[in-house]
Amino acid sequence: MSRRVAITGIGVRAPGGANAKEFWDLISSGTPAIRTITLFEASAFRSRVAGECDFDPATEGFSVQEIRRMDRSAQLAVAATREAVADADLDITTIDPYRTGATIGSAIGGTMSLDREYNVLSDGGRKWLLDHEYAIPHLFNYLVPTSIAADVAREVGAEGPVSLVSTGCTAGIESVSHAARLIREGSADVMLAGGTDAPVSPVCVASFDAIKATTPRNDDPLTASRPFDATRNGFVLAEGSAMLVLEEWDHARARGAHIYAEIGGWGVRANAFHMTGLRPEGTEMATAIEVALRMANRAPEEVDYVNAHGSSTKQNDRHETDAFKRSLGDHAFTTPVSSIKSMIGHSLGAIGSIEIAACALAIEAGLIPPTANLHESDPDLGLDYVPQRARPAELRTVLKVGSGFGGFQSAMVLTDGTGDD
Amino acid sequence: MTETLSAPTRRRAVITGIGAVAPNGFDTGEYWDALMQGRSGIARMTRFDPAQYPAKLAGEVADYDVRAHIPGRLVPQTDQATRLALIATDAAVGDSGLDLGSIAGEQVGIVTGISAGGLEYSQRELEKLWSLGGEHVSAYLSFSWFYAVNTGQISIRHGLQGPGGVLTGPTAGLDSIAQARRYVSDGLSVVMCGATESTLCPLGWVIEETTGRMSTVGDPARAYLPFDTAACGYLPGEGGAMLIVEESGHARDRGVRPYGEIAGYATTFDPRPGSGREPGLRRAIELALSDAELHPADVGVVFADAAGVAELDRAEAAAITAVFGPHGVPVTAPKTMTGRLYSGSPALDVATAALSMRHGFIPPMVNVTDPVPADQLDLVLAEPRQTSLSTAVVLARGGGINSALVVTA
Repeated sequence: MSRRVAITGIGVRAPGGANAKEFWDLISSGTPAIRTITLFEASAFRSRVAGECDFDPATEGFSVQEIRRMDRSAQLAVAATREAVADADLDITTIDPYRTGATIGSAIGGTMSLDREYNVLSDGGRKWLLDHEYAIPHLFNYLVPTSIAADVAREVGAEGPVSLVSTGCTAGIESVSHAARLIREGSADVMLAGGTDAPVSPVCVASFDAIKATTPRNDDPLTASRPFDATRNGFVLAEGSAMLVLEEWDHARARGAHIYAEIGGWGVRANAFHMTGLRPEGTEMATAIEVALRMANRAPEEVDYVNAHGSSTKQNDRHETDAFKRSLGDHAFTTPVSSIKSMIGHSLGAIGSIEIAACALAIEAGLIPPTANLHESDPDLGLDYVPQRARPAELRTVLKVGSGFGGFQSAMVLTDGTGDD
Repeated sequence: MTETLSAPTRRRAVITGIGAVAPNGFDTGEYWDALMQGRSGIARMTRFDPAQYPAKLAGEVADYDVRAHIPGRLVPQTDQATRLALIATDAAVGDSGLDLGSIAGEQVGIVTGISAGGLEYSQRELEKLWSLGGEHVSAYLSFSWFYAVNTGQISIRHGLQGPGGVLTGPTAGLDSIAQARRYVSDGLSVVMCGATESTLCPLGWVIEETTGRMSTVGDPARAYLPFDTAACGYLPGEGGAMLIVEESGHARDRGVRPYGEIAGYATTFDPRPGSGREPGLRRAIELALSDAELHPADVGVVFADAAGVAELDRAEAAAITAVFGPHGVPVTAPKTMTGRLYSGSPALDVATAALSMRHGFIPPMVNVTDPVPADQLDLVLAEPRQTSLSTAVVLARGGGINSALVVTA
């Protein structure tokens, strides 16, 4: 009997959602939470809208010292961890620390803090030889993102496997896959798994401006992210974190835990094509989907809902639509597909975990969150993208996909946990 | 939980190619020769003038003709860390004798470890951002800095369409090789894995200074002395190794003799500070040996993490002694000749372990002359030690994480 993986706790910090419940209320009501950037003075940049969290570390209980030591991405992850552990009703004093671990996904780690401190060390970019007299003692934590996973592990007292996965914009899926893998193979019974990123800082905004990947639609932030719409013109940068408690199935059952969903399978493929470009046919993402479905022992026809990458770039939305048609066949045309990035933007290595949380909550609620801002369908696409309004549906098998710089294509299959035995 | 009746034949992961690039050797052969001759790559930093900083020594990879090794198109979009990864990967592929054209792209995976990303690249772009403005930032920045860069560039260069992964942190050189073993166990034929790193720019330097663990001693022969009574911190270096890991049957079918097998692995996390609980390193070693179905007595050498900081060395010595007994196993740390390469070091140590088995010599940890007696370690000092090796254990630590990997001949 192979070991199974249950999601038993969810914590979310997202734009417009200070916790998992607020997050679900937001996305299930089709409400966008994008705004003009407030985290820094962004008027000189091409793209000036973002999905920002109303996140105050002091209110969240972080000490003055912790706020200085931890990058915003680490703060978001630890806050989401606390919520997930409470939601799972997990008493961390009774679980075996050796059998408990943490995997976090992040594309850029503590870049926001490095960006800020570089400005100090270089005296505003004037000096190449930086002045170490002005260095704050936490720079190493900002540089090496594994410090975020360590913060999460210390929060719950985990002494099992701890790692930070950094496959760019698929890291939030890959970290959850990795945690599920560790539970299945027997290396752990409980994993804190999720993703975090806080990229709303000058260097990140500038780097995406430079390749025109983010939207220049600054005049109406709420409609700036419009996946699958014919008028889409780039993604909206965002921040956030979602953390999940993953448990070995029998471990969860034995303590009477509430099970949101089961992680049935996953797959990942490299496209070996281009660091930022995608092959038009979506072959590698299709393969990742097929691998994930096979592991979950599900046929393509059993997929009830696809939570898309849906980043709102011309290229991505066409690429993954092709991948769905290729992997699901005719079933793709009758399967609801939606992108919650239409409401909370694209938080890089966090978003995959936030979307997995959305899938688990959707299974629980029997409700598919919509694609907001989709008014003018793109004739090149042609699937059912659940525009504007949430749709009730019995969800037994849900497919989550992601795609990122570096050529990573990820897929995960979540099920309602029934029908396997 | 143990399946004894119908256990499927385990798919074993073997090392069939090594590409090392180190401060004391630009390729695997030169590196191994340096180890056997005790030749160090540590010297005063030349990439920039370190005069104003407390630490001044580093292990720099010797200057090389970038355009002779890196396709012209990639030169403006790659940091040194990524160039070294591409060079090491090319060397590993060459060493393995694999004809990648004859293997379906989907059968080949890639997983790299990294701690810092393309750091010098990012320093240059940060300088433009803050001194000139956002519109001056390179179109390559978004993917030349981030931690996934090496996996992405290697997969594109070699047409790898199997699974791709990226693990981070000082232990990631080991963790990535362990992940490759999982990929093989899942059904892949070949996985490229390992780590190369470079943080030798002013930004990396200042960041490392803040750890308070960099050695400020000016004599290259006295600056990085792990397990020595004169331990005074570590020196940074650049480089690492990429490996070709292959399913054992796949290697056998093409008539290749592997360097060794990735036989066991484990990773643990240290308890919360102040908990009074034992650090996790001993448990990582024990779990890795158990994973390999081996006993401490089977092990012929331990490649230590060798922090060069007295307190950390003491903790590592205690863990090794707890598992193997006092003077129970030869212990070495050739990184005294390269400096610490972040994620690159453990990957290079695995390469070195494989080479040690092949050649029948344990490389020394030069410069260490006065071992801390209480550590009770059988250190391989000054000279290589000739011995027949069947099993090596490689250790890596950092940020609370402890990883151990077992290589068998």
